[in-house]
Amino acid sequence: MNNVVETINEQKVTIKASLGFGKKFKAFWGKYGIGYLFLSPYLILFTIFIIIPVVVAIGTSFTNYNMLQRPKWLGISNYRLLFTDDDIFLIALQNTAIFALISGPAGYIMSFFAAWVINQLKFKKVFALAFYAPSITSGVAMTVVWMWFFASDRYGMINNVLINLGIINEPVLWNLDPATILPVVIFISVWMSMGTGFLVFLAGLQSISRELYEAASIDGIKNKVQELWMITLPLMKPQLLFGAINSIVASIGVFDITKSVAGMPSPNYAAHTIVAHLYDYAFLRFQMGYSSAIAVVLFSITFILGRVCMRIFSSKDIY
Amino acid sequence: MAKLYIANKRSKKKKLKRMTKGWAFVYIFMIALVAFTSMPLIYVISTAFKPMDELFVFPPRFFVRRPTIQNFTDLLISLGSATVPFTRYLFNSLFTVTVTVFITVVISSLGAFALVKYKLPGGKLIFSIILAALMFSHHVTQIPNYMVVNSLGIINTYVVLIIPKLAVAYNFFLMKQFIEQFPNELLESGRMDGAKEWGLFWKVVMPSLKPAWSTLVVLSFVSNWNDYFTPLVFTTSEAMKTLPYALNTISSGKAVARVGATSAAVFIITVPTIIIFTAMQSQVMETMVYSGIKA
Repeated sequence: MNNVVETINEQKVTIKASLGFGKKFKAFWGKYGIGYLFLSPYLILFTIFIIIPVVVAIGTSFTNYNMLQRPKWLGISNYRLLFTDDDIFLIALQNTAIFALISGPAGYIMSFFAAWVINQLKFKKVFALAFYAPSITSGVAMTVVWMWFFASDRYGMINNVLINLGIINEPVLWNLDPATILPVVIFISVWMSMGTGFLVFLAGLQSISRELYEAASIDGIKNKVQELWMITLPLMKPQLLFGAINSIVASIGVFDITKSVAGMPSPNYAAHTIVAHLYDYAFLRFQMGYSSAIAVVLFSITFILGRVCMRIFSSKDIY
Repeated sequence: MAKLYIANKRSKKKKLKRMTKGWAFVYIFMIALVAFTSMPLIYVISTAFKPMDELFVFPPRFFVRRPTIQNFTDLLISLGSATVPFTRYLFNSLFTVTVTVFITVVISSLGAFALVKYKLPGGKLIFSIILAALMFSHHVTQIPNYMVVNSLGIINTYVVLIIPKLAVAYNFFLMKQFIEQFPNELLESGRMDGAKEWGLFWKVVMPSLKPAWSTLVVLSFVSNWNDYFTPLVFTTSEAMKTLPYALNTISSGKAVARVGATSAAVFIITVPTIIIFTAMQSQVMETMVYSGIKA
């Protein structure tokens, strides 16, 4: 594109190079000005609503700030409090970890295998739609539906079936009993999140050309599993990485499903997650310093895990 | 020779038979899986049309027998006597989502186009920050955003339900992946014809990137339509709630009539995203491959 423009501009630049800063800037602006102008709406909003808030959150996390008085510098004592004295935060941390460790990998692996299998079936589109549909629905709305199934009285479909099968004698209080709350939340989120990576995986699988597989079978690859391991997975690294990051951010940030299942605070804090704790301190108690510290912890966990995934799924060795 | 051919054919036939058996099993398994994943959605559709007596029949029934639209009229009329009519929530959602989707698609496309095609100095750094921002959970930015919004006194306004959600890292990322495929020759010939850059973007770039931005429209519609956290934090007045947040209020009412209204509300929240996705499915599936991150 810019060949013509560039040569003209380069001439301009070389001519004007000796003419001082103002002219240089003009030449620079002539070449890139329109580009920066086009980028600016996004960039300004991105800076204001994403970059600055992250920096501000980090700063605020070292203070005591209640939005009425001026923030007071505390150093790291918010963090010390968080990890040594705040038992409820430790419960939240533990719940989030259990949740993320189960629902993240489960949803991820299941969605990959579903994509892999569905890609080889007829009526691909119908299967894909039925599998993907849950993840484009509202978490709050779907929790309402699942709670009809999980309802703790006899009207609950699941209790009803289990009683009829003789597996249980009396209804299980799915969303009230601390022992069953987290499993229910995990179940619903796996159901909902299976689709997140699914579409990208399916698209990635479709983009791998048939000739590659044919060539591989000549080279001695015998079965589907070998094919999957040696060809498909390495070629899908970019899609796998995207799916992984998505599932990390979603599973560490779990909140709306827990709140809809068990309310807030949940019985015995059984469904209390990091974001629930953050929400509690930020928007119910307005302790912005303390809640910012929670936010920074959350941020660090997702970011570090994301970086680890980038390492694992690095595409550098194949390109 | 002929013998060999026949033997070969036979073994192939055998293989085919075994294959079909295996496939039949795969199909049955996948149909069962898919039936399970879509079961709650089918239940939503079925329940929304159940008359009152079927909602409370014991033992509970999965499918509707005598469908009625009573639940929807209940939702629109009898709940209307409450503080805020249901149509208000519907309007709030439709309005904020439409505006958000439109602006975010335009600024992301425009920005990605500029970043890729003008080879801006600093562009690489900017993009790597945006890529990193894919890993930011939006809960982190919410606290400072709330402090700003609160001090500006724009809480409970449409502005605050829209502006913070415009600069989404993913949207920019996806558009950038596409614009990289866009041939420079087309831009050049456009310039030859005397098009200005702004016109070039709208008349040359956007029309040929239609698959990309229509995918973005779908995905962005879905995520904004379902967004629960933003209105939860930024609105306190009943009149400003959007559908998912309002549903929380509607469903938490224990009154008997509420069950029917709730199922109608769930139906209204769920169906639009599924319809839009179904309509655009081929397009979305073709373009999603560009979502991969090469790190």
